[in-house]
Amino acid sequence: MQGLEKLMLEKANALLQSGEVDRVIGWKKGESYYDVSPATFTKDNLEGFVYNCFCGANLSKYLVAESKKEGKMLVFLKPCDTYSFNQLLSEHRIEKEKFYVVGVGCNGHLDMNKVYAQGVEGILSMSEDENNLIVETVYGQKIVEKESALLIKCLTCKSKEFAVADETLVVGEMKPANPNRFEEVEKLESMTEAERYAFWKEQLSKCIRCNACRNACPACTCINCVFDNNASGISAKANADEFEEKLFHIIRAYHVAGRCTDCGECSRVCPQNIPLHLINRKVIKDINENYGDYQAGAEVNARNPLVNYTKADVEAKEVVEGGNK
Amino acid sequence: MHRIGVFVCHCGSNIAATVDVERVSNALAHEPGVVHSVNYQYMCSENGQQLIKNAIKEHNLSGIVVCSCSPRMHEATFRKTAEAAGLNPYMVEIANIREQCSWIHKDVEEATEKAIVLARTAVAKLTLNKPLVAGETGVTKRALVIGGGIAGIQAALDIADAGYEVDIVEKNPTIGGRMAQLDKTFPTLDCSACILTPKMVDCAQHEKINIYSYSEVDKVKGFVGNFKVTIKKKARYVDETKCTGCGVCMTNCPSKKGLNSFNMDLNTRPAIYIPFAQAIPNVAVIDPEQCIKLKSGKCGLCSMKCGANAIDYKQQDSFVEREYGAIVVATGFKPISLENFNEYGYADNKDVITSLELERLMNAAGPSKGTLVRPSDGEHPHVITFIQCVGSRDVSGCGKPYCSKICCMYTAKHAMLIREKYPDTQVNVFYIDVRTPGKNYDEFYRRAVEQYGVNYIKGMVGKVYNENGKLMVQGSNLIDNEQVTIASDLVVLATAIEPDPSVKDLATKLTISIDTNNFLTEAHAKLKPVECATAGVYLAGVCQGPKDIPETVAQASAAASKVIGLLAKDKLKGNPCVAHANEMTCTGCSQCAEVCPYGAITYENKEFRIGGGKTEKRRVASVNPAVCQGCGACTVTCPSGAMDLHGFSSAQILKEVEAICKR
Repeated sequence: MQGLEKLMLEKANALLQSGEVDRVIGWKKGESYYDVSPATFTKDNLEGFVYNCFCGANLSKYLVAESKKEGKMLVFLKPCDTYSFNQLLSEHRIEKEKFYVVGVGCNGHLDMNKVYAQGVEGILSMSEDENNLIVETVYGQKIVEKESALLIKCLTCKSKEFAVADETLVVGEMKPANPNRFEEVEKLESMTEAERYAFWKEQLSKCIRCNACRNACPACTCINCVFDNNASGISAKANADEFEEKLFHIIRAYHVAGRCTDCGECSRVCPQNIPLHLINRKVIKDINENYGDYQAGAEVNARNPLVNYTKADVEAKEVVEGGNK
Repeated sequence: MHRIGVFVCHCGSNIAATVDVERVSNALAHEPGVVHSVNYQYMCSENGQQLIKNAIKEHNLSGIVVCSCSPRMHEATFRKTAEAAGLNPYMVEIANIREQCSWIHKDVEEATEKAIVLARTAVAKLTLNKPLVAGETGVTKRALVIGGGIAGIQAALDIADAGYEVDIVEKNPTIGGRMAQLDKTFPTLDCSACILTPKMVDCAQHEKINIYSYSEVDKVKGFVGNFKVTIKKKARYVDETKCTGCGVCMTNCPSKKGLNSFNMDLNTRPAIYIPFAQAIPNVAVIDPEQCIKLKSGKCGLCSMKCGANAIDYKQQDSFVEREYGAIVVATGFKPISLENFNEYGYADNKDVITSLELERLMNAAGPSKGTLVRPSDGEHPHVITFIQCVGSRDVSGCGKPYCSKICCMYTAKHAMLIREKYPDTQVNVFYIDVRTPGKNYDEFYRRAVEQYGVNYIKGMVGKVYNENGKLMVQGSNLIDNEQVTIASDLVVLATAIEPDPSVKDLATKLTISIDTNNFLTEAHAKLKPVECATAGVYLAGVCQGPKDIPETVAQASAAASKVIGLLAKDKLKGNPCVAHANEMTCTGCSQCAEVCPYGAITYENKEFRIGGGKTEKRRVASVNPAVCQGCGACTVTCPSGAMDLHGFSSAQILKEVEAICKR
């Protein structure tokens, strides 16, 4: 990763110096190795630019605001991020001319909680090589295999293709994507209705309505979210039962249906570890099965099957019956 | 402050017999916002309407709820009533307590309770209604007729005679349709061609009529008064403007083995052909599947012999876009396939034929020049047996559940014509019922039995099989209660008719509905028999339901009069219940434009103030109210809830749901 970071920094410097771009969006060092934050940099200030195995966040959503600003921005996108970028282009939320896209190679990013779970304590410093995270602790050196601490979204990586990129920076070889990313959904589908309801009831009852999933979601870019809209007539409404509040997630899944690229940010940012991505992935699986394979963001301006009527479309009846399986 | 009036209609006993109307009006009097609530025997009557008008003035009502029949029946009536009393017509809501309540419930208690809920729901919605004003759109003074059979021809002639331009789109190389294939017509036995071809010629010569033959409707956009239709002109490989119809190409074509579909495949035709002598347009067409030149590149004889230099092997399908104010669908019918009816031996015996094939065999321009002969050996048949209801009135699932309506009459016609021309022939007819209502129809059938000695046998046929060259027709005679087997030389099947298969695809393009038998659905079974639920689209002929020639012509003229009535208007009042985008919340994502079937949504970059004296440019949706039909597809697609529908806003619908859920 250090090799990649060096290349990225060189690229950022070169493009800023040449005037090709005015700003760079990337990550900034924090107090520790795993404490990295998205940040923007300019020509005179590339201090603290970092790229390591903890830079797993999808930066695409920041670009909605950045696109409104003057000048051009350099953006480093992992393969999965490029789909979000394309989807935002399709929805006219960003303009391609405002960005210089550098695709960066990826073999997955890490979940610090999974590192802690392996008994890592008293951290002094960290470094990494291709396969391992090397942690110096007060109890001595600890080696954590990267494979063992991947983010959920990286475990079910959908693609290693760059859906969009002006150029790419890849160090070494990218491991192939996971062809079985619908396995977890299939498990849910194989449950009885009662089991499935119990599963979701338990999961969603953990929700504290912090709105992190919505705020991180690159498909949730409404100027005024319906859930924040006082004019909707529901904002001051008391819940009819305790589960009603949790319909937030179901409604959100419908709002992003056909537009969700399966980037996995919703689950990554959830402080309660609710597997929210499974709701969206179920919708994606249903779309694939009913209307043919479709990957949101794979192409700019491809019409999402839910807003594209063709005569070959299945009858609504079949969709409903399929859902009752 | 709302001042709502509620008017509960008895509809004679239609509603009052099942719904306690007194209780409904009393219950509604206590709803918040309601200041006046009454019931009356017939709200739609002159007196009923006067009662509403008086109440509006007397109680200074801000809106009214009429609890009556479906809004499809009388919404327009009550809107006019309200308007006459000075109320905006869109401050009227209908609670359907007839079709959706009294007609489907038996229990008075239950029905009354439901009627109260429905009325309450309408009141709840009305509290959010806003006065709306309808816009106006122009009318393109041209009609499109889809299908060039007798229905399409008649409709086109009537519309054109009224002074409006008409285009006929016919998928075959010539207009004329099924009627052109018929020999004689009941009940007068005049020659079909003799009465049809003058009308075909009229069409061709009419300065207001334009025929697109060998063409199909490719795409339909727009709405009543303003349709935009793309017509696909299939390549006929002959220049229509040059061909004189001399027929030299046909005699010289070496590829003569194509089945002649005009003659129901009973004989063959060359690869380049004119379907029949009186074809309109009288222009040849090349069958690309059969033409040696088009398949292998060798030949070109027709081109060499053509004096007009009309042959063009390189011709491609072409597309024309035309605008129309109204559309008449007249796509006609075809006999059903007999694959489910092996018992009649149609596939195995050349001498088991359909009635339409018999028409061609008896026609002077047909394959046997009008001499009735057996297709197998060309011999004169001495015993002919007709079997009626082949695939009609069939609830087994093999055929059609409906009566094809024309078969009883044409079978009587066939039987009579055969007995007239060949008195030595014995003619038998197996029937379930003989249905001959219509002017001079029953007399016609009786003539067949009494005067011409046709042997009518009430009963169904179980089997037709070949024994020593004879077709053995085994059936039951229900009158004599016995099984009969008749050795016949020719068996004729009165095959059921069904809508032309092209109609399914066309219905989708026109957004009109079809029933379970693929017949197009009229707007109202009794009162709007030629209109479609989609404004500006009209129906004529068998595409709407089985009918004979006089009925078809009558319906075509009816459709034409509706079209003329529409085209005579300079402006159409639009529907104010259209979509509109809230620019403050619209993100410009374009999904609404993608689902809009009318192309009513466009986008513009607008400057918005964002506080601090700053502005930003944002892409926002904008709805063209003249094009929007208020279907609401955009409102449910919009993830931001920025799209809403006037008259059916999300808030109104939620309010209705709330009212229904209230206990």
